[in-house]
Amino acid sequence: MLAVPTEQRSEKSRVICEGDVVVVYERHDRMKAVTVAKNGELQNRFGVFPHNEWMGKEFGCQVKGRNGAGFVYLLAPTPELWTLALPHRTQILYIADISFVVSFLELRPGSVVLESGTGSGSLTHSLARAVAPTGHVHTFDFHEQRANAAREDFARNGVSGVVTVKVRDIQGEGFPEELAGCVDGVFLDLPQPWLAIPSVVRSLRPDGLVCSFSPCIEQVQRTCEVLSKHQFADIRTFEVLLRSYEVRHENLSTSFECSEQTFSKEATKSPPHKRQRGEVDEKGGPESEGHAEDPNGGSKTAAGSIVKQSRPVIARPYPETKGHTGYLTFARQATCM
Amino acid sequence: MRSSNCITLGRCKTLRRIMGSEKEAEKVETKNLPNNGTMITPGCAVLLDINNGDKMTFAHLNKNASVKIGNTKCWLDALVGHPFGSVFEVQSGAKGGSFVRVSPSGADLRDGLGEKDDGEEAPGDEVKGKDNRSLIDNNTAQTLSAEDISKMRTEGVSGRAIMEALVANSATFHTKTAFSQEKYLRKKQKKYAPRVVVRRPSARSVCEAYFAKDPNKTGHLRMDMLSLILSLANVGGYAEVLVLDMLGGLLTASVAERLGGYGFVCSTYHTSKPQTIDMVRLFNFDASTSSRVVRAPASQLIAARTAASKFSTDSALQETDGEDCIPIILNEAKAVSTSPIVDLEDTPRLESEHTAKRRAQSRSDDFEPGKSIKPGRLASEEDMKRWGREGFTSLIVGAPFLDPWTVVKKLLPLLASSAPFVIYHPYLQPLAECMNKLQSERIAVALQLQEPWLREYQVLPSRTHPNMQMSSTGGWALSGIYISKT
Repeated sequence: MLAVPTEQRSEKSRVICEGDVVVVYERHDRMKAVTVAKNGELQNRFGVFPHNEWMGKEFGCQVKGRNGAGFVYLLAPTPELWTLALPHRTQILYIADISFVVSFLELRPGSVVLESGTGSGSLTHSLARAVAPTGHVHTFDFHEQRANAAREDFARNGVSGVVTVKVRDIQGEGFPEELAGCVDGVFLDLPQPWLAIPSVVRSLRPDGLVCSFSPCIEQVQRTCEVLSKHQFADIRTFEVLLRSYEVRHENLSTSFECSEQTFSKEATKSPPHKRQRGEVDEKGGPESEGHAEDPNGGSKTAAGSIVKQSRPVIARPYPETKGHTGYLTFARQATCM
Repeated sequence: MRSSNCITLGRCKTLRRIMGSEKEAEKVETKNLPNNGTMITPGCAVLLDINNGDKMTFAHLNKNASVKIGNTKCWLDALVGHPFGSVFEVQSGAKGGSFVRVSPSGADLRDGLGEKDDGEEAPGDEVKGKDNRSLIDNNTAQTLSAEDISKMRTEGVSGRAIMEALVANSATFHTKTAFSQEKYLRKKQKKYAPRVVVRRPSARSVCEAYFAKDPNKTGHLRMDMLSLILSLANVGGYAEVLVLDMLGGLLTASVAERLGGYGFVCSTYHTSKPQTIDMVRLFNFDASTSSRVVRAPASQLIAARTAASKFSTDSALQETDGEDCIPIILNEAKAVSTSPIVDLEDTPRLESEHTAKRRAQSRSDDFEPGKSIKPGRLASEEDMKRWGREGFTSLIVGAPFLDPWTVVKKLLPLLASSAPFVIYHPYLQPLAECMNKLQSERIAVALQLQEPWLREYQVLPSRTHPNMQMSSTGGWALSGIYISKT
């Protein structure tokens, strides 16, 4: 998943090989991460896809299913795609929170960052990208099975060189002593993050940053109180959300005759026009969006007369959107005098 | 000369205990400074956070650099030698202002002056018997005059002493609620003992400062949008990112920061005179990171890409009937027969993991204040050939006055297959039309048009609520993954 230096990049690394993880893309909300295996097979609504036919092809290629009615795209994995495709073992963080955290913690290659808990490893992949190739992510989870599953994911995705997973109860035991004083950033996603603050103080270098993610405002209040008591500066709490838009053509009638003669029952009774959807549904593969149609076309009403209309491109938020994920509290370790 | 004219000794003790010791800003030998980017060095760029975000200014700490805080001119060279994050108090005297380092304790000047919340009142209870029903705003509550105060300032009386005097001479202070007293003292502190936090400029802090104070320069790019862009564009070490940056250099610099000296950010342009990317200078990049910031005109990049694709089409025609062979074998044959083009110029950059780690450690030693490779040099022939052959690993466009589809139509083919791209625009409609075109041209998948939402909270005991002010828009981001039509 991580980029490699140009000198190490060969023809081979730009094509799909056995053992690679590919993201099989059907639709914007339907993708799956698959490890390419010799003689392996993927089955979905579009048919059967033998892995052998993928090998040697470029990432980003389109493959048709055997005996199927459609095709999929094979994409190179990124932390973003992984977040959308990964198996949820816990509630995960999404890109709005993830990107804000990475940016606010000022992570860059070479940074050392601590994470607790690992959960499903959604954020961890983004942390790995941010600190690679010379930094490191130490991630902790108190659930051994989940820690093991995460470790397998990291190995499969090629990030285990910069990520270390350990089973540890951070609320109870704090972070390991050997990390004291050399950590650039800490991320906490715990039920009682204030219990971990004293350990955060020991782990962070001066001017280092901590972030705590909590769904409930009471947790936030308690955490801020404890941060303040421990001399943290710049304590700030945010909420971030993302709103997605649908984009397509819409038919808007430009016929609005108001003259006396046409004021008859028939003319006013034009039925609502059928929307020409930009998004094709289930058959035929990924969205074949937007036929390039005449933007000022006409269409026939049930009565048979042509009605003028315009077909502007409209953008509208999707009706459903996330209302809340959690509050993000950031704070900076003071620089001592 | 430190000035500490305390009016009452008792109060002084409390304040000294709470505030910690003051340390006069000392001039430190630059040779002895640890060079990992955490110390303020001569000539470096700093972000001055004055009075907790009231005023944010950038400054290069050159000789004789100064800043005006309130009505006081303060010399900035006193900041050198201290670590980023240090807090200073401005003390005014006859000769102008001086910076005095103070301990950044969570408590501050307000303690000891206001009435303590003794914890007997549970959160949510009414503050017994204290409200503002009898407060009349007719300017008679304070008996000290403006001349009195100004006299104290020129005499060099410390800020907290002035605050004590104001409290002592106020008829109404002790009738106020604890919250109200705190608010009053906070206001006085900002005026008479302004605090400055010296911050290290970073993508987020630079973006936030410009958004608050001069958003036109950065196309109204909000910090949550910037962080979203960096993630969507898969920016990380060894990425090769193409950027069309018309936001003063903020995009270029933010990408460079996340590359950390590995990979490239190529800032492109379409006119004969490239747009400025001066903001890169604010980031205090070391030589290694600066060397990764290059520029190239779009015309040359496109020409290199066209030339390379012609070459590969020709060689593909020469490759015979590999189609029906087992793909794995074909793959191996390819690796053997295609000899890698040895670029002698590239060889010095070849590094194993071992040398990369060593280089990272030694990189800090290379840092010489004021003597860095100027970022933004023209990309080399070799780099352009490589980008022509392989394509960039992602694309970021931030051009508020260009039509998105016009730009994207030309720049997308410069990407490698399956490379992500992000187009930022402060307006929705142009991006919607661009997305519509991309949908019909079928050169991208995973298309998303998103709008970020950001709200900050005030979290204080019994006073937690979202901030009263909020930004209503951070623009829109159109993202997707490029799939070449070949």
